[in-house]
Amino acid sequence: MQVKSGAFKETAHKALHNEHLQEALGLLRSNFGGARAAAVARLPEFEALRDAGRDIRDHTLENLDHYLEAWEAKATDQGAIVHWARDGEEANKIILELCRSVDAKLMAKSKTMISEEIALNPFLESEGVDVIETDLGEYILQLANEPPSHVIGPAIHKTKEQVADLFRDSHTDFDPARRLVEIPDMVGEARQVLRERYFEADVGLTGANFLVAETGSSVIVTNEGNGDLAQGLARMHIVLATIDKVIPTLDDLATMLRLLARSATGQEMASYTTLSTGPRRSDAEGGPESYHVVILDNGRSGWLGTPFQEALRCVRCGACMNHCPVYGAVGGHAYGWVYPGPIGAVLTPALVGIERARHLPNASTFCGKCESVCPMRIPLPKLMREWRRQEFESKVQPPRQRFGLAVWRWLARRPALYRLASGLAAKGMRMLARGGRISRLPLAGGWTSQRDMPAPAARSFQSQWKARK
Amino acid sequence: MSARDDILGKVRAGIGRAPGAAPGPRPAPAPIPARGQIEGEARLALFTELSETVAATVVRIPDMAALPAAIGDYLASQNLPAEIMATADGDFDTVPWGSQPTLEVRRGTPGIGDLVGLVQASAGVAETGSLMMCADADNPHMASYVPETAVVVLRADRIDGTLDDAMARLRAAGDLPRAVSLITGPSRTGDIALKIELGAHGPRRLHIVIVDEPGSA
Repeated sequence: MQVKSGAFKETAHKALHNEHLQEALGLLRSNFGGARAAAVARLPEFEALRDAGRDIRDHTLENLDHYLEAWEAKATDQGAIVHWARDGEEANKIILELCRSVDAKLMAKSKTMISEEIALNPFLESEGVDVIETDLGEYILQLANEPPSHVIGPAIHKTKEQVADLFRDSHTDFDPARRLVEIPDMVGEARQVLRERYFEADVGLTGANFLVAETGSSVIVTNEGNGDLAQGLARMHIVLATIDKVIPTLDDLATMLRLLARSATGQEMASYTTLSTGPRRSDAEGGPESYHVVILDNGRSGWLGTPFQEALRCVRCGACMNHCPVYGAVGGHAYGWVYPGPIGAVLTPALVGIERARHLPNASTFCGKCESVCPMRIPLPKLMREWRRQEFESKVQPPRQRFGLAVWRWLARRPALYRLASGLAAKGMRMLARGGRISRLPLAGGWTSQRDMPAPAARSFQSQWKARK
Repeated sequence: MSARDDILGKVRAGIGRAPGAAPGPRPAPAPIPARGQIEGEARLALFTELSETVAATVVRIPDMAALPAAIGDYLASQNLPAEIMATADGDFDTVPWGSQPTLEVRRGTPGIGDLVGLVQASAGVAETGSLMMCADADNPHMASYVPETAVVVLRADRIDGTLDDAMARLRAAGDLPRAVSLITGPSRTGDIALKIELGAHGPRRLHIVIVDEPGSA
């Protein structure tokens, strides 16, 4: 997927003026936050479980080679064929070879964000393997030829009217006069279209929410059941997973499951959680004849031992974006790549380079809401701040911005001078004020064009504090 | 160097571990929610309440002899035709299907042509209102996913309290089957305008029949 994060300012500006998007984001803001809060309130142990989830992930990451090898040994013992890929190009080639080995014409795909990261669909299609996305949101986006805008609700930016138009344009076999007004009409139509495709598909590809070392399993969590149908009806099941997905035991899985759905949608459990282990055991039970797992690194091993190791705890629940005021205002597409919101502002620079994604860690008010809802307690503001630091050090900002920051730093390190300068600035601002408000401020026109700035008080906090003593 | 060795080498370099080193100490065990640590009728009541919360329907019958009537009543209440495809599960062999003459029972794996499938769950989880389905030749993985309506028989004595109990049950049975599913309510999607709609891909309806004394059919 092409990286468009460099255009964040322009895309965010457009998003703010996109009526359909603002309608869709209004729904997001009114739905997810309350649902999560209610689910958390129903489980008194939730905060302790967050600590435990963080500790499980930290322990696994600190011993990651051990758990990857343990998982691989058990999975292989159970009949899985494990493939390792350093980057997207290697992973795509492995998956293509697997498709060719069974002469596959069609792949049924369950939602995987990493496949977006490595641009799997366009690659397979250019090599003659058709791909059908089966998650309803991903299917809608495949028809619209758009990238996802949210990690769990990929088509969250679309209104139902837009989906109806898309279905009318795409499902040309259906009666043009059919009723396609309400959401059940559309879900029913997509169900009908996709049912046939599951049975046609030669290969089913899923992601993995977790890999369990104890049992050698891959685990997917869905609400639609599409991931089960995709893997259960095809001759070959391919799992695409990154190195950070492994957890040690089934008990750890129980802990992770208690955190995941509550944080994501406010459900106690998603409708379907499926552990897949090896290929079919007998013809009578059905299922895939072969089971392959592609373990992808794509740079993640390089985050270990750095501050960004903590980001590898992420379970992709989407809570950080559901609660982010910036995401809630501009939506996911503005972020310009696969992962939006606060976690995207941390992952994108790590995956594509800070120079191509430098706006993202700055697109935050550091209100801290993301960290406060993250089930894995990832310190997202701290990590965004770390990117801002690296951005400054790598000198990718425009000279004027760097100059401004340098002046501020110089002043901030000289308290007497800083007080003098800020005192003068406050005095100047009071002179600009009319009735206690400043409607236009030099150097801050972007800010005052939207609202008035209150005039500074006659005496600064510091001088008042001194006088009080 | 193979991609595997390369990746594992980079991982070890990042975390500063030698090849084959034993893992560090495990963190303290995670808390197990008190909600599921209950017995008997309270456990059954919690399972029922949570299943119903996610739009499953639940009935309770004394024994397998009551199954045909329970299914007949359910199908009638949903205006569904009185036809089911029941899996090859041996526990369905001895059910007196003839006691419900209007109900047409076929045996085999419920597939795309079957409106209603009958399967047996391996276990239930009260903490979450989930069914645990361990796929095998008797109850294949797809049998719970393909038909529009899934009717699931669950033995009352197989309802575990917590997810941890269900995991312990899996562990005790040895290596895992090809597919183990925790099913919590019917298929749903919120992908169009965040409105929850049932029956995205899997069953639109999930009906759970809890059997108190399964042996006395």
